Amino acid sequence: MLTRTRAPAQAPSQVQTGLGSVCLRDVGKTFAARRRGAAPVTALDGLSLDAGPGEIVAVVGPSGCGKTTLLELVCGLTEPDAGSLQAAPATLMAQRDLLLPWRSAVDNAALALRVAGIERAAARTRAAALLRDFGLEGFERARPYEMSGGMRQRVAFARTLLSGRTVLCLDEPFASLDALTRQDMQDWLAGTLATQPRTVVLVTHDVEEAIVLADRVLVLAPRPGRVVATLDVDVERPRRRTDARLVALRERALRELRA
Amino acid sequence: MMAAALVLVLLGSWEAYVRLGGIDEIVLPAPSAIATALHDDRALLWSNFTVTAGEIAFGMLVALVLGLACAVAMHFSDALRRALYPLLVSSQTIPIVLVAPLLVAWWGFDLTPKLAIVALVCFFPIVVPTLDALDRVDPDLRKLMRTFGASRWQTFRIVEAPAALPGVLTGAKLSVAIAAIAATLAELAGSDSGLGNLMLKAIPNFETARAFAAVLVLSAFSMALFGLLALAERRLLPWAHQTRGTAQ
Ligand SMILES: Nc1ncnc2c1ncn2[C@@H]1O[C@H](COP(=O)(O)OP(=O)(O)O)[C@@H](O)[C@H]1O
Ligand SMILES: [Mg+2]
Repeated sequence: MLTRTRAPAQAPSQVQTGLGSVCLRDVGKTFAARRRGAAPVTALDGLSLDAGPGEIVAVVGPSGCGKTTLLELVCGLTEPDAGSLQAAPATLMAQRDLLLPWRSAVDNAALALRVAGIERAAARTRAAALLRDFGLEGFERARPYEMSGGMRQRVAFARTLLSGRTVLCLDEPFASLDALTRQDMQDWLAGTLATQPRTVVLVTHDVEEAIVLADRVLVLAPRPGRVVATLDVDVERPRRRTDARLVALRERALRELRA
Repeated sequence: MMAAALVLVLLGSWEAYVRLGGIDEIVLPAPSAIATALHDDRALLWSNFTVTAGEIAFGMLVALVLGLACAVAMHFSDALRRALYPLLVSSQTIPIVLVAPLLVAWWGFDLTPKLAIVALVCFFPIVVPTLDALDRVDPDLRKLMRTFGASRWQTFRIVEAPAALPGVLTGAKLSVAIAAIAATLAELAGSDSGLGNLMLKAIPNFETARAFAAVLVLSAFSMALFGLLALAERRLLPWAHQTRGTAQ
């Protein structure tokens, strides 16, 4: 059985009304072999995931267990070949910031607005306001190569927010940053999502990142990718990394991953 | 500094060799004789230079317009790519030396056959790097644009075209280097003016210094064009030299 339902894409120009949700039921995805003669790869098998409006669901798992595939399914970039999938319009933010090197920070942030046909001046005004909120005042005109990794990632996140999609898929967003910057960015993301709630599917292989940020953590096992444990993180925000409950959950997640 | 010193040493020994009678002035004129020719024949050189410069500039322009159109078409359509690529490669195997007189026979002594030959030679080096650059655009960028609801054309205009610009400039630089040879060849095949024509007429008249002066003017022009393109590259694409940090 295979069904797929998508809410009609909402123009980013519209004011955000409500938050989308994501619901995957027994989703499977198999890739044809890349090389002739090799066996096809079952990236996901019988995977279910629910993210209610405004919920942050983290997915942790080793490399190659189908995390990126899962996000591409949610974003409609590929189709599942088993199960059912319902998702509000979603956009993807990758580990690499994917900023256009020839565009300034503000024009990169405004990318989705420009795609939606909003004229340049208005798009820039909105993007510049968000960049200021993100502590990037004075860097509006900077090119990506003039900014640090953390700053670029914030520009990429501004671009993601301005896309007007109600669901954000974050694919190891901080994996390329150094450990200290990564922690700062995690705290920053938690704060940003507290003021501008979105439905988030956060993929990471950093267990601590998942526990600190998410309402629920799914632990995936590889070949085929499937959920082996679901941890609810019932800890109020703002959270401290050293909180005993978070530390205990982290230990549990790591145990599940090693199992 | 080293390059300038090397050139000076080379010119000095050349001059000495010719002056000491190592070789006939008609076969190899001394640098001083070439300099004299450059000065004395400047009006003649200039009027022929404008003709050849026009052939090179317009020929490259034609190659650029057709080459870009071709690269974009092949980028958008796999069928076109499969159909055109073999033709493109085979166009490079055409022996221009033999074809040039035929084109002159068809079109006469005017600009058209020269444009055709310069364009034919410059076309391939423009198409290939451009198409390569379009192919190498990060697939994740295309996916990102799709999640923003971008059309194929928007993705091309916003992401692919700017990303291909370094390829276009590389192609243009490659063709500058060969455009001068193509224009000279075309003039040798039949012309009444131009630097190639001037060389052709100067050599049987034992005005070798003048022919060398024509070569000098032509290569100076090519180097200036190349320099201009390199400058454009640095001005237009500062990111192409400094992206190492963004694109891991
Ligand atoms: N387009 C594709 N074609 C073939 N195999 C693929 C494709 N995309 C992903 N895979 C395979 O599916 C598996 C899961 O990949 P991925 O979703 O990228 O994992 P993760 O993001 O968790 O590292 C891997 O074994 C990978 O090689
Ligand atoms: Mg991945």
